[in-house]
Amino acid sequence: MELLSLFWTFLLIGTVSFGGGYAMIPVIEAEVSKHGWMTTQEFTDVIAVAGMSPGPIATNSAIFVGYHTAALPGAIAATLGMVLPSLALILIIASVFFKFHRLPIVKSAFYGLRPIITGLIIYSAIHFALANRVLGEWSFETISLLGIFSLSLFALVKLRMHPIVVIVLAGICGIVLY
Amino acid sequence: MGRNRKYLGQIFLAFLKIAPATFGGGYAMIPLMEKEVVEKRKWINPQEIGEIFAIAQSVPGAIAINSAIFIGYRLAGVLGAIAAMIGILLPTFLIVIALSILFIFVKDNPYMEAAFTGIRAAVVAMILFAAYKIGLTAVYDKTTLVIMIVTAVILLFLQVHPVAVILAGIALGIVIVKVKEWFGYATQLEKDEDK
Repeated sequence: MELLSLFWTFLLIGTVSFGGGYAMIPVIEAEVSKHGWMTTQEFTDVIAVAGMSPGPIATNSAIFVGYHTAALPGAIAATLGMVLPSLALILIIASVFFKFHRLPIVKSAFYGLRPIITGLIIYSAIHFALANRVLGEWSFETISLLGIFSLSLFALVKLRMHPIVVIVLAGICGIVLY
Repeated sequence: MGRNRKYLGQIFLAFLKIAPATFGGGYAMIPLMEKEVVEKRKWINPQEIGEIFAIAQSVPGAIAINSAIFIGYRLAGVLGAIAAMIGILLPTFLIVIALSILFIFVKDNPYMEAAFTGIRAAVVAMILFAAYKIGLTAVYDKTTLVIMIVTAVILLFLQVHPVAVILAGIALGIVIVKVKEWFGYATQLEKDEDK
């Protein structure tokens, strides 16, 4: 039952996963907490682990959530759900309509979709900040987490540091501070 | 058929090799994939590969997996697509499973708990950085700026499912471009690439 539920949930997510993996984080999170598979804080750790693994972050998160929920069969069910919509659509496009992405209606759709995806990811950042007390009542923890957050952002945007390096450095800060 | 079966094995192995070599999201695989299938194996010509990546991006799913499926199909039909898909998925699947097991073992260790408290703050920064990168190409006129802000506000204060928001985005884009056309405005559908 759990397996079927994992498969259907990730099939839905796979069908709407436009615009890069990070756009799918709030979608996966909404479904994962709806089903009671994980808390938002646990899911934040999933993103960290998914970000440290090679490969697409949304697919990696699906694998982890599936494994956490129903071991190896769960991971397989979630992964299949995630990739089957892509497989089906690409087979249709490749055999029928190679110029799909040049259609004016597809271009118009992306005109609206891209800023919505951006808004979705911004929302997701704020949501995760609240769930992990990076934003909240003033305390040593909140202020220091805000510090780690700011330094991480600076390292990513200005120093062009690799996400894995940033995760490792933030982990060391965590061990020193808490 | 015999030749075909050998070909499927080659497709599977080619994508199996690409997958674990890249960290930091699916986009990191793209230059590697191009090198493997265009330069080294000469399966796809340079003009075609650009088109394939463009389609892979406009279809739901990860660009690396989508590109692999497409290339596999061009080479050996539906079975080729499946061979390429499994090839690109398998290494990362196993690595993520290994890391998940490792994570379950270490997560109750007090040092790891402390480390992950810090890492969660970095994850928030990673997500915001992803928004910034997409925002650079997504938001370039008043309409797109308003859509972005309204989306974030609606999600924060109303209980709207993200899937509904994504579907609304598709409809909104089509409607806005049509409405602007009626009023005689042309919409620039993509940001100018002046790099």
